[in-house]
Amino acid sequence: MSLTTGTVSAHPTGEFASLYQPSHQFYDEMVSAGGGIRPAWAQFVPSLDELGADGLTQRTEQARRLLRENGVTYNVYGASQDLERPWDLDPLPILLPESEWEPLSEAVQQRALLLDKFLADIYGPQTVLKSGVLPPHAIFQHPGYLPPCAGIVPPTGVFLHWYAAQLARRSDGSWAVLGDRTQGPSGAGYAVENRIIVSRTLPQDFQNSNVVRLASFFITLRNTLANLARQHRENPRVVLLTPGPSSSRYFEDVYLARYLGYALVEGGDLTVRGVGVYLKTLGGLLPVDVILRRMVDADCDPLELNPDSIMGIPGLVQAARDGQVVIANALGSGYLEAPILQPYLPAICRHLLGQDLKLLGAQTWWCGQREQRLYVEENFDKLIIRPAFRQRKVRTHAGWLLSADDKAKLLAEMRARPNQFVAQEPIPGSTAPIWNGTELQPWHVTFRAYAVAHDGGYQIMPGGLSRVAPRAEMLTESMTAGQRSKDVWILSDRPVESVSLLRPLSTALELRRTGNDLPSRAADHLFWLGRLIERSEAKVRHVRSVVARMTSELQPAGLAELHMLFVALDDTWESPVADLDLEDPEAWPKLREAVWEFLYDPKRKGGLLETLHNANRTASIVRDRISVDGWRIVNQLELHPQTSDDESVEVDLGEALMPLNHLLMLLSAFSGISTDSMTRGPGWRFLDIGRRIERALQTVRLIRGLLVDAQADLLPRLEAMLEIADSSMTYRYRYLTTLQLAPVLDLVLVDETNPRAVGFQLVALAEHVKNLSRDRGEFVRSPEQKLMLAAQAALRLVDVEAFCSVNGLEDRVLLDDFLEHVALDLRSLSDSITHTYLTHTATARHLDTLVSANRK
Amino acid sequence: MQYSVRHTTTYSYSDAVALCQNQIHLTPRPTPWQSCADFELEISPEPVVRRRWTDIFGNEVWYFSIEEPHKELSITGRSKVAVIQHSATTQRQTPAWETVRDQLAEAGTLEMRLAAQFCFESWYVHYLPQALEYAAASFQPNRPILDAAMDLMSRIHAEFKYVPASTAVTTSTAEVMQRRCGVCQDFAHLQITCLRSLGLAARYVSGYLMTDPPPGQPRLVGVDASHAWLSIYCPGMGWVDLDPTNNVIPHLRHVTVGWGRDYSDVCPIQGVFTGGGKHAMRVSVDVSPIANAGE
Repeated sequence: MSLTTGTVSAHPTGEFASLYQPSHQFYDEMVSAGGGIRPAWAQFVPSLDELGADGLTQRTEQARRLLRENGVTYNVYGASQDLERPWDLDPLPILLPESEWEPLSEAVQQRALLLDKFLADIYGPQTVLKSGVLPPHAIFQHPGYLPPCAGIVPPTGVFLHWYAAQLARRSDGSWAVLGDRTQGPSGAGYAVENRIIVSRTLPQDFQNSNVVRLASFFITLRNTLANLARQHRENPRVVLLTPGPSSSRYFEDVYLARYLGYALVEGGDLTVRGVGVYLKTLGGLLPVDVILRRMVDADCDPLELNPDSIMGIPGLVQAARDGQVVIANALGSGYLEAPILQPYLPAICRHLLGQDLKLLGAQTWWCGQREQRLYVEENFDKLIIRPAFRQRKVRTHAGWLLSADDKAKLLAEMRARPNQFVAQEPIPGSTAPIWNGTELQPWHVTFRAYAVAHDGGYQIMPGGLSRVAPRAEMLTESMTAGQRSKDVWILSDRPVESVSLLRPLSTALELRRTGNDLPSRAADHLFWLGRLIERSEAKVRHVRSVVARMTSELQPAGLAELHMLFVALDDTWESPVADLDLEDPEAWPKLREAVWEFLYDPKRKGGLLETLHNANRTASIVRDRISVDGWRIVNQLELHPQTSDDESVEVDLGEALMPLNHLLMLLSAFSGISTDSMTRGPGWRFLDIGRRIERALQTVRLIRGLLVDAQADLLPRLEAMLEIADSSMTYRYRYLTTLQLAPVLDLVLVDETNPRAVGFQLVALAEHVKNLSRDRGEFVRSPEQKLMLAAQAALRLVDVEAFCSVNGLEDRVLLDDFLEHVALDLRSLSDSITHTYLTHTATARHLDTLVSANRK
Repeated sequence: MQYSVRHTTTYSYSDAVALCQNQIHLTPRPTPWQSCADFELEISPEPVVRRRWTDIFGNEVWYFSIEEPHKELSITGRSKVAVIQHSATTQRQTPAWETVRDQLAEAGTLEMRLAAQFCFESWYVHYLPQALEYAAASFQPNRPILDAAMDLMSRIHAEFKYVPASTAVTTSTAEVMQRRCGVCQDFAHLQITCLRSLGLAARYVSGYLMTDPPPGQPRLVGVDASHAWLSIYCPGMGWVDLDPTNNVIPHLRHVTVGWGRDYSDVCPIQGVFTGGGKHAMRVSVDVSPIANAGE
């Protein structure tokens, strides 16, 4: 590699990494206490020097760009969808030699095994309680201990199918556990994504370094889950249960489902029938063998667990009790996450495994015991105060960071409910270099290690997810602003094998062409996505015509035309400027303002941004059903006003033309992808039904808005009509330059060969509803088919000439009435499809609500 | 005494219910002083699945689901129960309540560890400062635990008015304390709240009470109700039942169905259903003595 890359004068070649000077207070991953480079980094550091400042900055940007392109985001906990943030990754990995990794990995294995046996014990014979190793309060006061789960023994006896340990180093370099994650641990998906991106960003180093691959972990996870399946089918149905798009972990749920090849389902997609669990699909109920659960315990079953849960599956606990479904991890495993258990684990390890615990948690004091509470109060400024049972509502505090007021408040709370609090020694974590744009800076490191059950023991992911932050206390619980993540490379002495998830199974898969296992809920969202994408396109086309006419030289007579054209963007009388007085000297600026609002105000009802945002949100709900390319397009559906330093209202609407054209291109690209790349399964069908219904509705709205009024000059409106309906070219071919109402109406309304015409949509819809009912094996015409037959017949029989006639001062009422009927038919079709195919589920209710009135 | 118990619950819906899943606690559980024979469960329409299991507190639980559309669901539990006089109620030598509290906190013996599971907060029972304050008048220093608990029971009986249907399942104990009225579940929860706030072990008992018809009138069918009381842990005696609604130590007239931390653990019928529209519920309970019992 050339040594003359750019200007790195501040860091002469070869001395670059040596300028990195971590504090001696902490263990540093790269530099030893003596100041030397640790052996694992020996090969990596010189390549950093070669990269130099510009090289590193460029790699950092590359990593960011790749993340953005792949749409990697996370939701800030508790924030709404809008606060979805891009995942932040520092491209420099943390390097660990296999010699150091192996003992750590063994310790994590032991801990996973211990926690599994611990769970089996407290939901089984409770020997830890009976022998006095664990005090009663650590079970019975624990909201995560779920009595209904007692006595349930999962098939194969494994409770904890996968597990993550949140780790950090003490100053002496030894590892401590900050927390145990036992209910579908998050972050494994991000670890994969980090690895993919870092290996692309630093391909040379990755190739040369014998980095142990991560995929083996997921292969084991998949095999473990497959082996669990009740009937040991070759291809058991495993689903990934997500709390849904509002969850902070939704991105990863989608990612994992796709990476592992499982259907992503929400509680409403599953139902218990008999004592088995089934997936509700368009094709009927399909049995589910294994549920990979990413939903917290209590939310999983409103019948036996939290009755207030709206996302659970009634009867799920019973199905598990009956051994009809395997839930990974077992229900009730959230119990293990409580910090209060930490002090007892060493004794429990001796009791259950007959071994000493290799990997200890942070030292923990429980405030429910008087002496311990007194110690905590005395040493408050040196401790981390945490909820004893890891409830999400209670936060973690670093004692030394609290203001006097907050400290007093927390102490009062602690004294009022001492049982609910623990304190822990702070563990600062090691430091590792990050590139901040100008220099290598030591940031604090925590590391999440993942374990998966395998052959009676556990296999550890060779690597994991590392989070770094400039200050140790920022690394408390979950990913928050200001943190970054890092990839972790375990370096082998030997060359490593590459592994891929897509390796052949032992026997050939049965060939499949159907896709009727599309969950009804997903079909519903695809239907709406189709409608919203089409609606966006119609609005963009329409408003583009408005803007184009506004920004060209305007004739005074043009104002009325413009007004009519703009008002037609909304349903009849819905436009905020419907009553604009055209004689008003302020009419022109008012109209401009209204157009600006339509374009850029996200709160404008029916405005462009609102429509785009809705499309975006709907797409994010079915992200798992949209191709990566499609998602990339949807991600770009945005429109920003041109920012200018000049705050004056004199906005240049003309600036909007280019972005509008760009939007149109993106929307067309999305249509292209759905036409060319989606298999013609039910998913595509519902997307297309949505599009067709919406396109027909939009065209109807446009004709009603522009062509019913018989009083004004028709020509400019006919021109606009053809332009917005993208039919000008066809018209010119057919009729040259003579613009008349009847041929225009024929072209945009009746013509079944014009893909923009209402007639064309009805033909497509008729075909769709026919196929839908055929898929259901129905022999009589479905209500949807009847509806379409009637609508099509009516349209084919219309007398376009009659529609053009005007009676004195009347508008074209015949046309208007007819269009109103078409719109009604389309809405009925939409309702009917929703009713027949998409709402399998009414919401479940509790009998309990009835009991109140009858108490004696 | 021998009783024949029948407990029927009927739900009616204005629209058909498509699917319902239910869990019920209706089987009288065996205890040293009570035995139960011939428990029968009749459900209409016929469930597609019925399962029986024993929960962590030792109660028998049934699960069933109905998958055919129905506008009425009727559940009847029938059993014959024999109850004998138990000596526990006559013995009054119990340790000071503070001793029991400390033993439970220390959890030094197996017995204490098992009893301690009923010391903590649960779905319907939360530590409450006003309950602690209320209990203090009965729990004077060094008072034997059962004396104190019975005194507390008498005070609740005297100071709280029994008003049927005056509260709902959602009414909190704090509210009951403020309104000074409630039903048997409320009084049981109230006394449990007091005892647990003191650091003692108390559990919720669900069952039936045999009632006498007014003098000179025939016994009516279906007028009885499901009943609830509580049990307190007294070392040396074990669990002692207390019925604050009637200010008695339950014995021959009380039929025990099951116990748990509170109502939510032994709710007679709980269920989740879809569809249904408007709905109504009727409950009818009969506890009638069997004439020729070998008393």
